[in-house]
Amino acid sequence: MIQASAKNINVWYGDFLALKEINMSFEPNSVTALIGPSGCGKSTFLRLFNRMNDLISNFKLEGKITVNDKDIYAKDVKIDEIRKSIGMVFQKPNPFPKSIYENVAYGLRVNGVNDRRTLDETVERSLKQAALWDEVKDNLKKSAMSISGGQQQRLCIARALAVEPSLILMDEPASALDPISTAKIEELIFELKKEFTIIIVTHNLQQAGRISDYTGFFYLGELIEHDKTQKMFLNPSQERTQNYITGRFG
Amino acid sequence: MKKFRKIIEKFIEAVLFSSSTITSLTVILIIIFLFKEGIGLFKSSPLEKNYVIEVSKKNPVKELNATQLKAIFNQDITNWSLVGGNNDSIILFTTSNITDYYSEEELGSNLEHLNEKMGEFIIQHPNAIMYISSKSLPVGFGGHNVKVKDISVNDFIFGKQWYPTSEPIPSYGIWPMIIGTLMVTLGALLIAIPLGISTAIFMAEVAHIRIRNVLKPVIELLSGIPSVVFGFFGLIIIVPMIQQTFHLVVGETVLAGSIILGIMALPTIITITEDALRTTPQSLKEASLALGATRWQTLVRVVIPYSKSGISTAIILGIGRAIGETMAVLMVTGNASNIPHSFLVPTRTIPATIAAELGEVSYGGLHFKALFALGIVLFLFTIIINLTVEFVKNSGKRSRA
Ligand SMILES: Nc1ncnc2c1ncn2[C@@H]1O[C@H](COP(=O)(O)OP(=O)(O)O)[C@@H](O)[C@H]1O
Ligand SMILES: [Mg+2]
Repeated sequence: MIQASAKNINVWYGDFLALKEINMSFEPNSVTALIGPSGCGKSTFLRLFNRMNDLISNFKLEGKITVNDKDIYAKDVKIDEIRKSIGMVFQKPNPFPKSIYENVAYGLRVNGVNDRRTLDETVERSLKQAALWDEVKDNLKKSAMSISGGQQQRLCIARALAVEPSLILMDEPASALDPISTAKIEELIFELKKEFTIIIVTHNLQQAGRISDYTGFFYLGELIEHDKTQKMFLNPSQERTQNYITGRFG
Repeated sequence: MKKFRKIIEKFIEAVLFSSSTITSLTVILIIIFLFKEGIGLFKSSPLEKNYVIEVSKKNPVKELNATQLKAIFNQDITNWSLVGGNNDSIILFTTSNITDYYSEEELGSNLEHLNEKMGEFIIQHPNAIMYISSKSLPVGFGGHNVKVKDISVNDFIFGKQWYPTSEPIPSYGIWPMIIGTLMVTLGALLIAIPLGISTAIFMAEVAHIRIRNVLKPVIELLSGIPSVVFGFFGLIIIVPMIQQTFHLVVGETVLAGSIILGIMALPTIITITEDALRTTPQSLKEASLALGATRWQTLVRVVIPYSKSGISTAIILGIGRAIGETMAVLMVTGNASNIPHSFLVPTRTIPATIAAELGEVSYGGLHFKALFALGIVLFLFTIIINLTVEFVKNSGKRSRA
């Protein structure tokens, strides 16, 4: 079974070809790490799966992206409907300047859910899943801006989980955090994959090694190699992968 | 060479310093001048300089306030008993009445007997009230002076009549103008806020970059048009339109002023609101979109709340522009110093009054001071507005920190 896939993907920003002939698919309940040097197209690729690149005016796509066997770039697709089934966690924690509760409830509210009990239950469940509940349960009304950066990032994860997505996209979610917060996020990802499929961009090779089942190595807009993480790290079939992983460049 | 440059630097420094000193001093001097002249109104007798109110020595009335005095001279009060005197009817007398009582021969060809006759008059008419120049009082005058209470702040602010040149006693009540100013401003805001904010939203969030590139300079151009031009536009287009639409006798109304001011406040509101909307971090918009919110939901739930303080600032500065605006409003609101009871009657605003009347007052006179006192009221309005802007800005910063 396949949760999401990319077929013959080419992406341009104006005249610049940012992704070249990418083919990749993702199994349910797996964690796939996307690695590669800065500017190689990891974020661009990740953001194809919730059509975030659509916001960029000179963005152009060729190829097919499916999520749950649905072509998400088909003409009759409503973008906001698609995005409801796909969660995203960004590089820098970006909670809304609202209360902790309202941050988590946001996805439901824009879906028209305003029933207090449903909201309460979802907020609690999501915060528990994001391993934040115990720290904030007495302060749900407090502004999300008042908690620490690590807590904010877990709040952003809870916010993404609240709409029960099938796929979660993470773009270097721990790169702005301290080591302890990073460890918490990694633990969390390990827990989350029991229920979700996760694609995570990371700059940190050890992190990719620790948390992912599969790893894709991008270089200058190309997918050089995509395989089981263990294989990629111990015995890559491409020399460029080998060089990157052993720290010879990037 | 090095020395030369040092001298130049010192020189530039001195120029900069003196420029800023001169600027600050000028501002301070203007404010001092405004307050000195304006506050002078409240330490003045409402009578013109050198004029007095005199009654017979036998008349027990010692003091009158402006309202009573006015009622007497308007013949609304015709009996002394109504102002604390005996039950006698009141005879009005001002200097120009003298010829009703004495012939030209009696007064002398150069009015050399005028003072003497004044003395005679009060003896012969013990129930008269005289409004005369203190220079016309003869030695041994048989009357006594009636004290007239000074103009009070209360009368000024809450007085309902503005007759700045009426004799013997002018009225300086500005309540109708305060209400007029506030109503014109309020109306302007009711027009400019929805229009301005929707335009700003359109420009910041909806419009294609090419449309925005056309719209933006057009709006900025709007703020460069002199207010007289807006006034003409209002007079020729808006005023007749209002007159026809509502079947009014005159189209110069509060509404006309509101429409013109609303248009004039638009550039301020649009520009500042758009800037505020643009400060919303892209990451917050993306977070919202990624959760399945539509563009509109993102706008309403994220962008607008985030820009709240900027939008409030825009609105308040819009008020600031509207409340102090003179010419255009003067031209289209008619000129009635009644309290406006609807948007479809003429009114008069504070700045319009100052502009219309300052040219015809004598320097240092009561009317002159009254216009400065009006200036103070306007100044206080704008100070309050500016303080509100500061407050809103700061509270916006705090809530986001
Ligand atoms: N909005 C954009 N417009 C033009 N070029 C872009 C834009 N975003 C990214 N790029 C370019 O596309 C390439 C891939 O960027 P990105 O996906 O952000 O890389 P990564 O996440 O791997 O660092 C880079 O060369 C970058 O300069
Ligand atoms: Mg990136």
